[in-house]
Amino acid sequence: MKTIIGLEVHVQLSTATKLFCSCSTDYQNDEPNTHCCPICLGLPGALPRLNRKAVEHGLKVAKALKMNVLEESEFARKNYFYPDLPKGYQITQYDRPLAVAGTVEIEDDEGHEKIVRITRIHLEEDPGRLIHVAGGSSYSLVDYNRSGIPLLEIVTEPDLRSPQEARRFLNRLRSILEYLEVFDGDREGALRVDANISIEGSERVEVKNISSYRGVEKALTFEVTRQKNLLRRGQSVTRETRHFMEARGITTSARSKEEEQDYRYFTEPDLRPLRVAGMVAGIDLPELPTARKERFMAQYGISLNHARTLTGDPRLADFYEEVAYVDPFLAATWVADTLLGELNYRGMRITDFPANRFVELLALIRSGTITETVAVQVLREMLDTCAAGRPCEPPAMIVKREGLVRGESEEFAEIVRDVIAANPQAVADYRAGKKGALNFLVGQVMKETRGRADPRELGRIVAEYIDRGEV
Amino acid sequence: MAGTLEFSPDDRYNAFITTCKEAPFSDGVLAGTPIAVKDNISTAGIETTCGSRILEGYVPPYDAHVVELLRREGAAIVGKTNMDEFGMGTTTETSAFGPTTNPIDTSRVPGGSSGGSAAAVAAGLVPMALGTDTGGSIRCPAAFCGIVGFKPTYGRVSRYGLIAYANSLEQIGPMARNVEEISRLLSVIARYDPRDSTMIDRPYKHQPSVDIEGLRIGVPEEYFGEGVDARVAETVRDAISVLEEMGARTVQVSIPGMRYALAAYYVICTGEASSNLARFDGLRYGPAVDTRKPWHEAYREIRQEKFGAEVRRRIMLGTFALSAGYAGRYYAKAQIARRNIKEDFERAFRSADIIAGPTMPTVAFRLGEKTDPLSLYLSDILTVPANLAGIPAISVPCAGSVDGLPVGLQLMGRRFEDERVIDAAYAYEQGVGR
Repeated sequence: MKTIIGLEVHVQLSTATKLFCSCSTDYQNDEPNTHCCPICLGLPGALPRLNRKAVEHGLKVAKALKMNVLEESEFARKNYFYPDLPKGYQITQYDRPLAVAGTVEIEDDEGHEKIVRITRIHLEEDPGRLIHVAGGSSYSLVDYNRSGIPLLEIVTEPDLRSPQEARRFLNRLRSILEYLEVFDGDREGALRVDANISIEGSERVEVKNISSYRGVEKALTFEVTRQKNLLRRGQSVTRETRHFMEARGITTSARSKEEEQDYRYFTEPDLRPLRVAGMVAGIDLPELPTARKERFMAQYGISLNHARTLTGDPRLADFYEEVAYVDPFLAATWVADTLLGELNYRGMRITDFPANRFVELLALIRSGTITETVAVQVLREMLDTCAAGRPCEPPAMIVKREGLVRGESEEFAEIVRDVIAANPQAVADYRAGKKGALNFLVGQVMKETRGRADPRELGRIVAEYIDRGEV
Repeated sequence: MAGTLEFSPDDRYNAFITTCKEAPFSDGVLAGTPIAVKDNISTAGIETTCGSRILEGYVPPYDAHVVELLRREGAAIVGKTNMDEFGMGTTTETSAFGPTTNPIDTSRVPGGSSGGSAAAVAAGLVPMALGTDTGGSIRCPAAFCGIVGFKPTYGRVSRYGLIAYANSLEQIGPMARNVEEISRLLSVIARYDPRDSTMIDRPYKHQPSVDIEGLRIGVPEEYFGEGVDARVAETVRDAISVLEEMGARTVQVSIPGMRYALAAYYVICTGEASSNLARFDGLRYGPAVDTRKPWHEAYREIRQEKFGAEVRRRIMLGTFALSAGYAGRYYAKAQIARRNIKEDFERAFRSADIIAGPTMPTVAFRLGEKTDPLSLYLSDILTVPANLAGIPAISVPCAGSVDGLPVGLQLMGRRFEDERVIDAAYAYEQGVGR
């Protein structure tokens, strides 16, 4: 049974001011209803004035996705009542969107390159936000800080074949948008997705209200399973709109096709038609993720997997390029395989960590001044300091203060003897041919030396000691 | 010369919804001039109701662009004038605050929807006022009350702060006793405002001139045909001949698209209105909704209770005209008809510089005379074409009258030739020695 998925992705464009007024978009840490004016509150008589920056952002995306920008596009009103919608209509674009017919390259489930067609992109305003008061209150509160935040809606053709593919598409899209500097994916609610899902030959279901990356895969997986199960049982899928309940990981029926809302779209009479196709030629696109990935492989000689990981997030890629000169291969391994995980574990961003300190750490590793085990310890200590908001100490100082310089193996002879003496059973096991026993003993020595010894060398020394029968 | 103007008019015509007993003013070309503002134009600190219960108690936190300009030039805003609810009417009888009467004959309506502004000027309570014109709402009451009213070219005056009825059609404009005052007020309010995206930066700086030598006046047969009172037509023809005597010459023109003008107008204005008026839900301003009820029930109740019958009718008509399955048949067709009328005017303006005809097909109705909405809608036939085409149009009182009631001469010009329209009206006024 072939799965068919199309997405409508709404992303908040990162502009300093809202789409139709000059209110600041930087409200995340502020009180409700403090970033409002007559325009975004929809006060009687107020008129929208289009934010040029939002249009430029939209055009950048259009160019990056190789789309056709319409010679003349227009804004339209989408009419519906809801308390978070102060004008009783949303200003959006309908039958003449900003741009049409583009592509995004992703990898399919077999790892092959695949083109996902983009139907259209258009600009629209975000509504406000309802805050449901906890404790079964009989009313809800409305916050209009978000009202008028510029959104770009990106609509795909039904080209996606699995929830995993949909997630990869979103990751790629996010990456492109971040490279274009039009989107801040870390912002809460910055990305929202509606998905159309069907099993080939059956009716299509729209799932609304998915507001996180992880949610998309979860919602789609649930919905695909639900539809397949219906079909396996000989039942049919009903064409309807369903809501995704993020907390429970399920979708529930919202309304059927017959009850679909009539939005009574018509041209927004308060705005002029948009003639911006001529601006596209003047837009300089930055290097995009695919090109950067290929350059990383060629320039730094790193693996496809590393290059892909490092170029997914432009800030991460920038970071890598700042530290790569020490040793491109070592840097790639340490950034992609160690640093990323440590950052995620602490909920930190790459920009929270100074690259020069990482350069110093790489240099210590490269020169053999510290072991990899010590390097991880030092890195953790530096990250903990950064996370606590204190200035990041140079790794050399940490190494010096805590005496973590790599020791010569002879230094540890006594420790090796002590460990061997204290673990006769392990020694006996090793002699009986159990390789694991040696690792255990090495681990014990490592612990005693606080990682200052090279584990490979230690393995050799411990084996020698036992073989020589010195204990 | 800044100060405060005391204003306590004998408002026997119910021209005002709100009056300001003490109106502050500053220096400027209008220093100390009392000006009345139609109650759908936002005034910071002064209640603005649109003649509707649903906005009762609403005090805007900001001034409309035109009000800012008035204040900057020293005008004293002395009050907010009565109007048909949200501008939806031709008589000022749909106001939630009672009808305004016509100062010429108090048994008659002042016209609408800017009836309060027209009555305030006609009664001499203020020398000038602001009105708004969506389908004739400045020119109709000007004609019925015997004053001058001007609808500028669409895009010449900022709509920022005008509480929208039908955005693509309406303009704010001056109302006064003579053309010179119209011109003076227009020069203050027609200044660029980037907040209105439909505006074009063409400030009005013009001194009216009586020189109309060689002016070609187009006289469309449609403006003198069926439905137009013969005596009104005759009075207007006399007025046009005055202009001829002053050096103008008349040419026959035709606006065949007029056949569909009213239908197109009512589809477009109700469609836009149904959307514009959606924001009045009792949540943010005006009388508050009952928050204990589910929001959709609370919305329905307050909108049912606070909107008047004519407003509800137009919201329903507009909602229908925009509905899926009907929008193609109504809204899209109306846009075609609108384009045709625009083109008709462009064609007519190739052989004429000004188009002249009556403002209204009849003189002022008696209060309560027109109860059938359709017959009221029909009386807008001569004014709506200018709104559909976006062209400037003025109503100036004819020298003659019908049964002692004023008749308006309507003069229309090409887009952004507001100055020429003002000159023609000024010439007529001077020619008949008013």
